[in-house]
Amino acid sequence: MRTVDRALALGLTEPEFSLICEKLGREPNEVELAVFSLMWSEHCAYKHSKKLLRSLPSEGPRLAMGPGENAGAVTVGDGQVLAFKVESHNHPSAVEPFQGAATGVGGILRDIFAIGARPIAVLDSLRFGEPTSARTRYLLDHAVGGIGHYGNSIGVPTIGGEVYFEGPYEQNCLVNAMALGLARADGLIRSAATGIGNALVLFGASTGRDGIGGASVLASAELGEQDAAKRPTVQVGDPFAEKKLLECSLELLDRGLLVALQDLGAAGLSSSSAEMASKGEVGLDIDVARVPLREAGMAPWEIMVSESQERMLCVTDPETVEAVLAICEKWEVHGAVIGSVISDRVLRVRDGESVVGEMPVEALVDDCPLYDLAPEAPAAGLYPAPPCVLGPDVSDPREILLALLASPNIASRRPLFEQYDCIVQSRTVRRPEQADAAVLALSDGSGIAVSIDGSGRRVACDPYIGTIEAVLECTANLACAGAEPLGLTNCLNFGNPEKPHVAWQLTESIRGLADACRALEVPVVGGNVSLYNESGGGPIYPTPVVGIVGELPDVAFAGRSGFARAGDAVALAGPFRPALPGSELAKLRGESLPLGLPPVDIGALRAAQEAIRDAVRSGSLASAHDVAEGGLLVAVAESCLAGGLGAKLDLAALAGSAAARELDRVVFGESPGAGFVVSGPEKVLQRLREHVSVERLGTVGGEALRVIAGDVSVEATLDELRTAHRALAPLFP
Amino acid sequence: MKFGVIRFPGSCDETDAVLACERVPGSSATVLWHGDADLHGVDAVVVPGGFSYGDYLRVGAIARFSPVMESVIRFSREGGFVLGICNGFQVLCEAGLLPGALLPNDGLRFLCRQVDLEVVRASMPFTADCAPGERLSIPVKHTTGRYYAPPADLESLHAHGQIVLKYAAGHNPNGSLDDIAGVTNENGNVLGLMPHPEHAVDALTGSRDGLKIFLSMAHAHG
Repeated sequence: MRTVDRALALGLTEPEFSLICEKLGREPNEVELAVFSLMWSEHCAYKHSKKLLRSLPSEGPRLAMGPGENAGAVTVGDGQVLAFKVESHNHPSAVEPFQGAATGVGGILRDIFAIGARPIAVLDSLRFGEPTSARTRYLLDHAVGGIGHYGNSIGVPTIGGEVYFEGPYEQNCLVNAMALGLARADGLIRSAATGIGNALVLFGASTGRDGIGGASVLASAELGEQDAAKRPTVQVGDPFAEKKLLECSLELLDRGLLVALQDLGAAGLSSSSAEMASKGEVGLDIDVARVPLREAGMAPWEIMVSESQERMLCVTDPETVEAVLAICEKWEVHGAVIGSVISDRVLRVRDGESVVGEMPVEALVDDCPLYDLAPEAPAAGLYPAPPCVLGPDVSDPREILLALLASPNIASRRPLFEQYDCIVQSRTVRRPEQADAAVLALSDGSGIAVSIDGSGRRVACDPYIGTIEAVLECTANLACAGAEPLGLTNCLNFGNPEKPHVAWQLTESIRGLADACRALEVPVVGGNVSLYNESGGGPIYPTPVVGIVGELPDVAFAGRSGFARAGDAVALAGPFRPALPGSELAKLRGESLPLGLPPVDIGALRAAQEAIRDAVRSGSLASAHDVAEGGLLVAVAESCLAGGLGAKLDLAALAGSAAARELDRVVFGESPGAGFVVSGPEKVLQRLREHVSVERLGTVGGEALRVIAGDVSVEATLDELRTAHRALAPLFP
Repeated sequence: MKFGVIRFPGSCDETDAVLACERVPGSSATVLWHGDADLHGVDAVVVPGGFSYGDYLRVGAIARFSPVMESVIRFSREGGFVLGICNGFQVLCEAGLLPGALLPNDGLRFLCRQVDLEVVRASMPFTADCAPGERLSIPVKHTTGRYYAPPADLESLHAHGQIVLKYAAGHNPNGSLDDIAGVTNENGNVLGLMPHPEHAVDALTGSRDGLKIFLSMAHAHG
C-alpha cells in the first residue's frame, strides 16, 4: 500500500498528505503518519470550527484561565478558582454506551485535575431517540450506568444534568459530560513544557492497545453500518485507577514538584506531548521503550496513539524525579521517565537508541489547514415532523397537562439521577429537582450554582435564536437559584460540517452564542466541538450544550423550585411571550418544526433574570422556577410536585380571549428564559413588581392543582400529577 | 475524643467522615493510611464509604487484609469503638467483625436517596443520643447494600438486640432482610450501617440527624 493510500485510510485528505510531506521534506514513516493523522483530525485540530470559535468572547473580570488550557476557570469566594469544562463522548457512547459514557466522565475529570483543581462535581447532558425504541432504552440504561459507575466510584458527585429524547438522535446519541473543580488561586498549573533538560514523566495506568485511532476513526467521521467493528476503538474505563491518579496528581502539585501537567486524552501520548511542547515552545524527546505496557509487542506507533485511559504526563526537574516517582509508588500508579525537554522544536520518538520518528512541533499543532465552511441556509425544513402522540381530539387542558408531564422530555429524571451519588464531598446544598440549578457550598459561606442546557429541537427550528435561548434558559436556571453567571463552557454537537446546511447551522449557532454571551457579559472559558454526528438517518438536531457556573454571596439563601408554604401568593414574573410553534406540545401534536423562532430581547430577559435573582438571594421569595418545556402549567405543576403542595390559580386575566387555541398558547406555549413561576408573601411580590412585570395567578395550598380560566377549569390532584410525572420509571425496571 | 478515619486508595467519603467527627464538640479526627498498621492512639475508628481497593472483586474482600484493618480487628477485640459506613460496613462483614453480608440491591442499580431510619435500640454507644423509635433522615448511596444473614444468625441478631437501625416502613431501598439498616457485634462496640450519617450533619446540606451517631460515640466514650 502506498503511503498516500494509508493516509487516506486514516482520514487525511490528499492535499493534507501533500502538506505533511512538504513540512517534513519527505514522506512520513509509519509512526509519523499515525501521529499526524490524529493531530490533524477534526477532533484534535478543530479544522472546521476553529475560525468560527474565535468570534466567542473570552474576557471577563472573573476569568482566571481562558480557552486553550485543559479547562477554563473563574475566581470564586475564599481565594479559590473554579475550573470547569464540558466535553463530548458521543461516538464512543453510540458504539459502546456503558464504557463510552464512563470514559467520557473520566476524561473530563482529568481535564479538571490536569490544571491542578480537585474535581467537585459532574453534570451530564444526554440526547437519545424516543424511548419507544429498544435501541434508545439500551443506550440510555447503559450510558446512565456508565456515568454512575465512574462518578460514584471516584467520589465526585453528579449533581445535575439534562436529557432529551428526539427522533434525530436515534442512531447518534449524545453524551456530554461537564466537570467542575476547585483550586487555590495560586495552585493552578499549565501544560507548557519548559526547562531544557527537564524530565518527562508518564504516570498512571499502563499503555495498551485500547482506543487506537479513537480520535480519527471514531470521532471524526459519520457513524455507519459497521460500527460494531469499531468497538475496539472505544476505551475501557477504570475509575479506581483514576481515583489513584487524581490523588497522586494533586499530591505532586501540592508538594510543588511539577513544572507542567497534562492529561492523556484523544490521540494519547501524541497529542499530549505535542501540545505540551507547542505551548512551551520547546521540543520533546520520547523513548517509547520506556513506556509501561499492558501487553507485549506493541509497535512504536501504537504506543504513541494508544488512548488507554487514566494516564497523565508531567514535566519535572531532574532533581525531583525521585520524589515524583516515590509519590507515584505511594498511590500505586506506574511512573516512568519516558523522555526529556529539548531545545530543538521537534517531537522526536525513539525506540531505545533508534529514532523512529521526528516531526516539527509546529507542523503537528499549528499547521493543520483550517477550513472555511460553505454555509447555506436550507430552502426547506431538514427534519421530518415528529410522530403525533397527542391527537387533535385531545383538547381538554387537563389531559394535555398530564400528557406533557408524562412526555419523555418533561417527566421526572429521578430514575436517572438516583443512580448518581449527588452528595459526596459534603457541599451539595441543592440536589436534583430541589432547584432549577445545582448549588454547592464553599468554605466561606458563599455558594456556586451550575446548570447545563441546550434544546436541540429549538436550535433545529432556528440555530441563531435557539442557541440564544439555550444560554438564557441556563442563566434563568441560575437566577432561580439566586446565582449570577460567571462563565460559560460549551459543547457544540453538530452533523457533518462539510455539508452546507450543517455549516449554516454551526455558523448561525456560534453567532447566537457569541451575541448572547456578549449581551450577558459572560465569558466563554473553553469548550469542545463534536462534529460528524450523523448516520444513515441524517444529521442530529444541531445541539449546542451550554454549561454556566454562577455565584451566590450567601448559600443559605439558595433558591428552591418547590412551593414552600400554604397561603403564599403564586405569580408569573418576567416578559413572558408564549408561543406554540417548536414547543413540547407542538411536538406531541406531531407538528413540523417552524422555520424560525420569534426574536429574543436579550437585554429585557437579562433585566428580568436579575430581578428574580436579587429577590431569591435576599431570601424573600419562597420559590422560583423558570417556565421551560411544556409552558406555564407544567412549570406550576413542577413547583407543586417539588414542594408537595397544591395551588389554586385563576388565569382569566392572563388568558384573555376564551378561544381554545389562545388558552393553549398561554398555558402551554413556551418562551425560554423569560417567564418565572414564583411564590411568596403578597407584599414580596408587590416589591418584585417594581423591577419586573408580575402577574398574580393565585395561592399555594391544598392537595391539588386547581386552575380556572373563564369557563375552562383544570383540576388534578398531586397524586395524579405525580403519577404522570413518573413516566420514565418503567425504563429502569 | 480522637476519631481515626481510615483512608484506602479508593475511599470516597473519608473527608466527609472527618468533617462529621470534627463537628462533635471537643473531638478531633485524624486520617489513618491503609498501609500503616499504627492506629496512632485514636479512641474510635471510622471505616468510611467508597471503593476501598476498587472493589472489582467482592466488595471489601481485599480491604480486610490491609495492614490497618489487621490493627482495627485487634482494636475492636479490645473493646474499641468501630463504625463502618457503607463500604466500611462491607469491610467489617468481610473481616468477620460483624455478622451477615451485603448483597447487590434488589434493583441491581446504584441508588442514592434520602431515607428514614428507625432507631431500634437507643441504649447503645452509637445511639445513646437518640430516643427509641426515633426517626432519622439519612441518605443511602450504594449498589451492594442488601443486608443478609442466614436464619440462625438472624435469630441471634434479634435475640441479642444487635439490630440497632432499621429502614422505616416503605423506606427500605435495597431489599435488606427485615429492613435492617445497621447492626452491631454481640459486644456492642462495632456498628456497621449502609446509610451515611456523615452526610447528614448539617441542615444546609439536607439533614443533621446523622450527627447523633457521632455525638453518641463521644458521649459513650466519656
